[in-house]
Amino acid sequence: MEDNQGILWEVFLQPKAGRPFKHVGSLHAYDKTMAMESARDLYTRRGEGNGIWIVKAEDIVASQPEDEASFFEPANDKVYRHPTFYTMPEGAKNI
Amino acid sequence: MAKELEEEDPIKLAAFQAKIDAEIKIEPKDWMPEKYRIGLIRQMSQHAHSEVIGMQPEGNWVSRAPSLRAKKILMAKIQDEGGHGLYLYCATETLGTSRDEILENLHAGKAKYASVFNYPAPTWADMGAIGWLVDGAAIVNQVSLQKTSYGPYSRAMVRICKEESFHQRQGYEIMANMAKGSAAQHKMAQDALDRWWWPSLMMFGPHDSESAHTSQSMKWKIKRETNDSLRQQFIDKTVPQAELIGLKIPDDNLKLDSETGHYSHTDIDWDEFWNVIKGYGPCNKKRLDHHKKAHAEGQWVREAAIAYAKKQELKLKTA
Ligand SMILES: [Fe+2]
Ligand SMILES: [Fe+2]
Repeated sequence: MEDNQGILWEVFLQPKAGRPFKHVGSLHAYDKTMAMESARDLYTRRGEGNGIWIVKAEDIVASQPEDEASFFEPANDKVYRHPTFYTMPEGAKNI
Repeated sequence: MAKELEEEDPIKLAAFQAKIDAEIKIEPKDWMPEKYRIGLIRQMSQHAHSEVIGMQPEGNWVSRAPSLRAKKILMAKIQDEGGHGLYLYCATETLGTSRDEILENLHAGKAKYASVFNYPAPTWADMGAIGWLVDGAAIVNQVSLQKTSYGPYSRAMVRICKEESFHQRQGYEIMANMAKGSAAQHKMAQDALDRWWWPSLMMFGPHDSESAHTSQSMKWKIKRETNDSLRQQFIDKTVPQAELIGLKIPDDNLKLDSETGHYSHTDIDWDEFWNVIKGYGPCNKKRLDHHKKAHAEGQWVREAAIAYAKKQELKLKTA
């Protein structure tokens, strides 16, 4: 896994205080400190970020695109999870 | 005991307050006063426990729901509440506590949950009243908490509010249908409203003047609106909804003040409130015992899962 390019890290940026962290890309670095500094230099040169999270790419568990249909299918027939499924009496407000 | 505010570094404390005042969210790795951290753990774990304990009165009706449609809806709602508990437990853990510790505090009676879940749900109309009133009250509170100062709590609230929107509507739909059904159904709906109205108002907690944590929580923007103001919002939007479906709120002193646009009402029976908080409500023991039992019965599942994970890891290493 580890060649002379160092470890692959995934970078998450928080665009503004309070917003969720979003994936922006990856980079190679040899340790956490270097990864953090590289992430700053690579991904926040124009103030895109207010906070950075970095995670080793190998630590990420991802769903498999080929199973996607059957994996997510159980949610498809459950329309009653959406508020528009329900009939409200004529004139009902704030609900 | 948490460090007193006077013992905190005054420069850090001032910078922290400045951030809060500027509406900048606090993130898990940021510096924060001990009291902020402890106060959040208390409030967030209490919120998480409420989601989880709140599954019990509704779980009681899954096997007796009057139609397949009703049963599927009820299961979807309960599943959501379990999810809400999980979002909130994880968000609480970012403050440096553990799931085990959080659950221990619940089981030892040190952590509370919303007192409303200590009331029984004897009829199907209770499923309507809980969704309409209990979730309705929770929504008012949670909409306000979307702006709480702690980032992970705020983001969990945004997600939860989105999911809650069907909870209240499914409850109101049940109530509206029963209210226009047979005389017996109408009566059952009215009876459920009579029993759930006051406990729902109590969900917002004691009067501002009696609330131990309110002023510091407001200063740190953990809470964004006071108990009394949230309670008033709930009353103002719920009374017309009751009138529309022909049900009567069990309070003869409800009156719309045309100048303020707010309803005035009878004061809550605070003796009942404190009684239930202290553990003497109709179902306190039952709810907690059930949670302890379910947790103990899950012990072998957790053990098996750990053993399996270890085995998988070994397989990877030797492969
Ligand atoms: Fe919930
Ligand atoms: Fe809910």
